Amino acid sequence: MKSSVIVFPGSNCDRDIAVALEKMQFKNQMVWHKETKLPKSDLIVVPGGFSYGDYLRSGAIAGKSLIVDEIIKAANSGCLVLGICNGFQILTETGLLKGTLLRNKNLKFINKDVHIKVMNNNTKFLHKYKQDQILKINIAHNEGNFFTDKNHLEELKKDNLIAFKYCNENGDVNEKINPNGSLENIAGIFNSNKNILGMMPHPERMIDEIVSNKDGVNLFSSLLN
Amino acid sequence: MKFSVTVTLKKDVLDPQGKVVQNTLINMGLKDLRSIRQGKHFEIEVKENDQILAEKKVDMMCKKLLVNLIIEDYKISKI
Repeated sequence: MKSSVIVFPGSNCDRDIAVALEKMQFKNQMVWHKETKLPKSDLIVVPGGFSYGDYLRSGAIAGKSLIVDEIIKAANSGCLVLGICNGFQILTETGLLKGTLLRNKNLKFINKDVHIKVMNNNTKFLHKYKQDQILKINIAHNEGNFFTDKNHLEELKKDNLIAFKYCNENGDVNEKINPNGSLENIAGIFNSNKNILGMMPHPERMIDEIVSNKDGVNLFSSLLN
Repeated sequence: MKFSVTVTLKKDVLDPQGKVVQNTLINMGLKDLRSIRQGKHFEIEVKENDQILAEKKVDMMCKKLLVNLIIEDYKISKI
């Protein structure tokens, strides 16, 4: 399985995701945003960080990079694309995922481990998890408040395109447990073909018991077969 | 030709920053304040002397990069 991690000025989770991918036996390459060709990849990861210092809007400038045309082409021909945190914001700015990420409702940067629920495990990204499985995954963002229009929200629900929702440790999804004001507690979504996943939580930070837990491992192992 | 572009959050999108500024002003004693929405402002100069064409160019810049049409409205005016 070949993966490419796109690196922008201000990316800061690119090394973490590379370590996670290599640990999971992916053959990974780092790709600078000014490249105009992507190496042959089964998976493209747009990592977290603060690309271009979050100027204009989070992900807005990175979303217009040279490499983005190649990512769009690859995604449209079925390549798997994973956007984590700032990567999710960038994917919404490219139009590959609909909706947007607003400033956290409490105006604070949130860095903590939260619980999320697997909403649709019948996908390439999540089939190694159980449906409704509760994971404990780190979030670290200032703009994670997912927002979209009514029609898209309907589509997300009808077509099972919600990947994760914020919940408590028992799996209850409610406003009280919502860390950032996200619409219906949404923490991650798929595109309509389910080959693109955007998520605010950081699975690459949860692959080793020594530093955290292993709740992120199955996302990567799902992709391997 | 110079234009000003004002970008604001749409009416039904929560504006927590505007809300905090509003509450602060009220706490400072400015009780007549009804509401505040915070936005962004750009001053743009384009190499085009025809106003209609110039405005079209600025509009394109807004749609392509400056504005996120899902959550934001914008207004272009000549300055």
